[in-house]
Amino acid sequence: MDQVTTTEEVLFDPRGLVELDATVPKISEIDGDSAVFDAHELTTRKINGELRWLIYELGIKNVTVKNPSARHSLGTGILSRCKITFEGSLGYFGCGLIDGPEIQVNGRVGWSCAENMMSGVVVIESNAGSLAGAALRGGDLVVKGQVGARTGIDQKGGTILVLGSAGSMTGFMMQRGRQIICGDVGPGLGDSMYDGTIYVGGKVKSLGIDCVPGEWTDADTEFVERKFRIYGLGSPPELQKFVCGKKLYNYDNLEPSERKLVL
Amino acid sequence: MCGIAGIIYRNGGGEHHVGRDMTLMLQAMKHRGPDSTGYALYRTATPNSYVMHVKLAEANGHRDFDFDEKLRRQRREVESRVRELGAQVHDVQPATEHAMTMVFDHDGDLKRLADYVEDVRGVEVLSLGHSLEIIKDLGDAVTVATEYKLNDFVGTHAIGHARMATESDVDIANAHPYWAYPFPDVAVVHNGQLTNYHQWRRRLERAGHRFQSECDSEIIAVYLAERMAQGDSLEDAMRQSLDELDGVFTYICVTEDALGMAKDELGAKPLVLYESDDIVALASEEIAIRKVVDREIETYDPYESEVMVWTR
Repeated sequence: MDQVTTTEEVLFDPRGLVELDATVPKISEIDGDSAVFDAHELTTRKINGELRWLIYELGIKNVTVKNPSARHSLGTGILSRCKITFEGSLGYFGCGLIDGPEIQVNGRVGWSCAENMMSGVVVIESNAGSLAGAALRGGDLVVKGQVGARTGIDQKGGTILVLGSAGSMTGFMMQRGRQIICGDVGPGLGDSMYDGTIYVGGKVKSLGIDCVPGEWTDADTEFVERKFRIYGLGSPPELQKFVCGKKLYNYDNLEPSERKLVL
Repeated sequence: MCGIAGIIYRNGGGEHHVGRDMTLMLQAMKHRGPDSTGYALYRTATPNSYVMHVKLAEANGHRDFDFDEKLRRQRREVESRVRELGAQVHDVQPATEHAMTMVFDHDGDLKRLADYVEDVRGVEVLSLGHSLEIIKDLGDAVTVATEYKLNDFVGTHAIGHARMATESDVDIANAHPYWAYPFPDVAVVHNGQLTNYHQWRRRLERAGHRFQSECDSEIIAVYLAERMAQGDSLEDAMRQSLDELDGVFTYICVTEDALGMAKDELGAKPLVLYESDDIVALASEEIAIRKVVDREIETYDPYESEVMVWTR
């Protein structure tokens, strides 16, 4: 490998933006409605620029990105129905803020993968870092390996399906949506959740505040089997269901200071 | 935020470009902290012979008219104090204007030697060991590596730190890694915040340990040193630290032949691991590991409350 001699100068403008002069490289090999490009030599903004150019301007439906090399913020903000395949690992915030695309990552992702997804599908073939599917609004996030801590923190919809195990505080403050964790989960499962459902296949180290076991219904069986069928994952393992105990619901109660005023 | 990294080669020999590799890793994480960069690098040990890195003054401290003369005086004073305690000095190098490196043979008490040298005003012993060399200064990895000529460093394993100062000043005293004074060849880098810093600092100061900075991370190094002084192994000391240190942290501790990581019970700070037969690399972000292993690799995040130790 080369000697390191130059300092990589990243310059920020007053708004905190970088690489303002990044141009779209337009290096993809296009074949009908499919395109392939190698991201090895490109910067983050150039990779995302190329993706946008292909999907929005040329109307390409099927893009393959080679060598993403674990860089951050790739494939973010895509608001169109299309299929994107990353032939390698992504860094932090991969496929965040998307609405519509079907993304396949043949590698691993870092923290906050598919955060704020509105709709679409993100399938990760390997492991994911912490905060996978943070503030997920809709769509499906499928992780075939293990995930880190706080999976689906603040989740407001959609489904997170993890074949491996998950870390601490899974489903922390989730408000809606579903999670299926086939492996073990760490301490504090579903801590402070408002609503939603978490299915766990393995051992639960400890339940978080106001997370309680739920009653299994036929609708649960149908839902889990459907998700496993869609992604070709075989038959689902035996799962336990966890929901919100709603003991922390105090919306109608007055604050102690207010109560004095009323009484 | 801070970026931490560690690399250990398992296939012996000790002939690896750890200086260059660590620079590549830390430079890739420059966005996690551009304030200062530090290295703890290890070469094959030579028995009896010690390497000592000494800071003579702060890189960004106050400079009065006789600053150069003062540095020269301190340089002479440090050298004469080492000789005075019966050490056989082999080599004295001015690493930079405000730092120096000494190589000497010594069979006396190391704590006494370090204390005596640090008694010179403004002087801090950054590291002292058979194989450990701590280099830390302001700027990003390439700046520090160029200044201290680390690209040519050949050794066995290393850890590094790219700092974003949150709890204390931007200067060399508050930069990582921290040497586990007075233990030769033990160093620590940390990403996070410790909330029971003052409690531990008072406790450890009563036990006779010295603190060179206001940085909460220094506690970890001194804490591990204290536990090992009481007979704990590195791994036991690290496990114990999970209970006794509060806050959010991921830290990497390194000794002459081992490298270990510990993560707090919330798993709040990142660390990505890559293990293979000939190399173990760990960093806050995978992008750093990919600078030294440039291909698709299988990596994972260790879970909360985990302690792992690898030996070379």
